[in-house]
Amino acid sequence: MIRIIAILVGLGFAFVALISFVVGAYTAATEEAPDTHLPYEHPQDVNFSFDGPFGTWDYGQLQRGYKVYKEVCSACHSLKFVALRNLGELGYTEAQVKAEAATWTVPGIDPNTGEASTRPGEPTDYFPKPYPNNVAAAAANNNAIPPDLSLITKARADGTNYVASLLTGYRPPSEELLAEHPEAAPGPGLYHNVYFPNMNLAMAPPLTSNGQVTYDDGTEATIGQMATDVAAFLTWTAEPTLVKRKQTGWPVLIFVLFATILAWFSKTQIWAAVKPKKTKA
Amino acid sequence: MSFPWAKQYEPTNGLTKFLDEKLPVPRLVYNAVGAGYPVPRNLSYFWNFGVLAGFFLMLQIVTGVVLAMHYAANASVAFATTEHIMRDINWGWLMRYAHANGASFFFIVVYIHIFRGFFYSSYKAPREMIWLLGVVIFLLMMATAFMGYVLPWGQMSFWGAKVITGLFGAIPLVGEPIQVWLLGGFAPDNAALNRFFSLHFLLPFVIMGVVIMHIWALHIPGSSNPTGVEVKSESDTVPFHPYYTAKDGFGLGVILLLFFAMVFFLPNYLGHPDNYIEANPLSTPAHIVPEWYFWPFYAILRAFTFDFILPAKLWGVLGMFAAILMWFFLPWLDKSPVRSGHYRPLFRKFFWFGLIPAMAVLFYCGGAPAEEPFVMLSQIATAYYFLHFLVIIPIVSQVEKPEPLPYSITEAVLGSDKKAVLGENTEPAV
Repeated sequence: MIRIIAILVGLGFAFVALISFVVGAYTAATEEAPDTHLPYEHPQDVNFSFDGPFGTWDYGQLQRGYKVYKEVCSACHSLKFVALRNLGELGYTEAQVKAEAATWTVPGIDPNTGEASTRPGEPTDYFPKPYPNNVAAAAANNNAIPPDLSLITKARADGTNYVASLLTGYRPPSEELLAEHPEAAPGPGLYHNVYFPNMNLAMAPPLTSNGQVTYDDGTEATIGQMATDVAAFLTWTAEPTLVKRKQTGWPVLIFVLFATILAWFSKTQIWAAVKPKKTKA
Repeated sequence: MSFPWAKQYEPTNGLTKFLDEKLPVPRLVYNAVGAGYPVPRNLSYFWNFGVLAGFFLMLQIVTGVVLAMHYAANASVAFATTEHIMRDINWGWLMRYAHANGASFFFIVVYIHIFRGFFYSSYKAPREMIWLLGVVIFLLMMATAFMGYVLPWGQMSFWGAKVITGLFGAIPLVGEPIQVWLLGGFAPDNAALNRFFSLHFLLPFVIMGVVIMHIWALHIPGSSNPTGVEVKSESDTVPFHPYYTAKDGFGLGVILLLFFAMVFFLPNYLGHPDNYIEANPLSTPAHIVPEWYFWPFYAILRAFTFDFILPAKLWGVLGMFAAILMWFFLPWLDKSPVRSGHYRPLFRKFFWFGLIPAMAVLFYCGGAPAEEPFVMLSQIATAYYFLHFLVIIPIVSQVEKPEPLPYSITEAVLGSDKKAVLGENTEPAV
């Protein structure tokens, strides 16, 4: 009885699934589905010092990237999960961190009146936000809120390469693209970028000329160099423990591998007595 | 119960004698996973996965309790406390990555454990209760994992919660009130986050309770084995300790190598980038996908696209729940007297060339966007999935002619069973 009911239920579900299939296949065959996929490009593969299982930070690059963030990105993008004290992890000395923190202006309270005011940053402060709230951020940016950058490289597929590629991916749409996808033309206040999934974004090209940021270590600040450096910096902000994680992984894996080999020998030894003897053919 | 030749626990010193008299925990352990539990001598590595699942349950509880010490279940700070754990808590990143990947590994080993059960028909008498409790554990795991994924309060957390609780909205008449009652509001917010956290903390201990019953039920008939022939004599078994503790120890080492490789080198590979964006009720992600371990059932949910008498959405919800609930009936659907797929030629073909490819397709399509050809592929795979369990298994078990079984486990391992020849085994062959 239970099997008869089961067979009926099974046939029922299979039948409805197959009707769905037939109807779907018929629709697919008779109606041409509009191709809504824009042919945006996947990020270029950029080489970074922290790539791969043995990756380490390039402190010079992180410091350069920090400078790009400070002088370019921070005008619109916050970095709310990162504290100024964390700059000590980029190879700055304690005094340098203090001096660097003081170059940021953070919200404070006037000690005499209690009114809201501003003061120079301390290492214990977090990176200040460029806009007081989302409404102000949207109003200043053509109704688009610039995302917080703390986690941006983890919040996008292939994030580090994506950031580096996006910053260098601004170019006018090709004619072939517009012929096939007229909707790919940038609307008012939008900028065409081949790496952005809908190909037009509200962020104006932030890196516009070589030498826009003056690097302290003499590295030539080409647009590509600045994009790569800031992508490296934002990888650090997204996961400051990335290198520590990889460096911890090796001793753990070696330990477990050693333990597993021992477990294998103990297993074979214990089982030797009851395993059937292999007979010679 | 145990086999008559099982070794008996003997307390050796004053402390163990005292304990054995007052609270015989050492005796319990000895009989459960010690030398007092005789186990078939021919178990393959597929029999490691129960112990491994138990290990990952404990790992999830330990890492989860530590994470709960630092996490705050409040929609305004949940995302920030998760980042606080990742950045400021000593080894917090390790705890969180171990917990997130631990969930994935828990599901990997449990899926292998379940499919081991399918192939060797481990659900058949006398082990029906073990199977039923196992399905309960799987359902509880899915509920726990779903609620855990909501806690970081990222975009996929929020929208996943919205989509999954929205399924209850498909129930006629009472659907929407139920959805509002489950969420404590009209959309996922603080009320939902708080209760999900509470239940996410509770359910693992419920799972632990059901696991204890699962193991208890296992110890009554004893473990199954790859031949499916029941244990007949002492030469068919070895004591669990040291034989299977040693074998499980090696299996645990192998799975830990894979686990730590993921945790330390690819910790976000199984996650979704969108969950590193804070939840935003005003911005829908381009593709809402659940965690990978829900993909087959998510594919079944989305496979029903045609309003046949009932609305398509309701068919999808019914299909998704039926896809798991029907496992409860398997012991009574499969009437073949032979357990192991090794001796069932027709069943074996349907398993390897039907069920496994269908599951692979469902896995793949569940993670893919709801577009063609993925929808059509998942529709065919869904139809096969239901036919396999509810139609093919009952019919095959009736019409199939099984291959000859070995007389005993000893014969299967050693090529002959001398005691059998001598007529010492009095129990009839299965």
